[in-house]
Amino acid sequence: MKNPLDTLTGTAACGLLLTIALYVIARMALGG
Amino acid sequence: MDYVPALSRWLHLMAGIMWVGLLYYFNCVQAQALKDAQADGSAAGISKHVAPRALFWFRWAAVLTWITGAALLGKNFVAAFTLQPAHLPIGIGAWLGTAMLVNVWALIWPNQKKALGLVPATDEEKGRARRIAFVVSRANLVLSFPLLFFMAAGAHAALFFGR
Repeated sequence: MKNPLDTLTGTAACGLLLTIALYVIARMALGG
Repeated sequence: MDYVPALSRWLHLMAGIMWVGLLYYFNCVQAQALKDAQADGSAAGISKHVAPRALFWFRWAAVLTWITGAALLGKNFVAAFTLQPAHLPIGIGAWLGTAMLVNVWALIWPNQKKALGLVPATDEEKGRARRIAFVVSRANLVLSFPLLFFMAAGAHAALFFGR
C-alpha cells in the first residue's frame, strides 16, 4: 500500500481526518 | 494592559506563522522543487543556499513558538497539559505543538543535516536521512491541521464547542 504522506492530497486527507477525530473525542470528553 | 500575556500572544502568533509557514513552504514548494531541480542538475542552489537558511528560521521559530505558548498558558500550563476540561482544547493544541517541536529537533533537523551534507554521511545514509526528514515533515504537516484548529478553538471555545 502506498504511503499517504507521499502526496500532498493524502497528507491533507490525513490532517483533516485527524482533526475530525480529535474534535469528536474532545466534544465527547466535554459531554457535548 | 497585562504586558506578559499580551506580548506572549503577539510573539506566539508571529513565531507560529513563521514556523508553520516554513513547514508549508517545505512541503508545498521545496520538496517538489528539489525533485525537479535534481532532474535538471540545479538542486545545489536550493540545498546549499535556500534549505539551510530556511531550516535555521524554521527550527528556532519552533522554539520561540513553544516558549511564548508556555508563557501564554502561564498558571494554566499544568491544567492544559493534563487536559483538564476547562483547558481541553488548548491542551490538545499544546500537546500537538510539543510533538511537532520534538519532531523538528529530534528527527527533522538531525536528518536534514545529513541529507544536505552539513555533517559527514555516506550516500546511503544521506538517502535514508532524506526519507526520514521527508516523512516526519509530512507528519508535522498532518499534525498542523488539528494544531491550528485547537489553537483557534482554545481562544474561541464558544464558537467551536458551544461553551
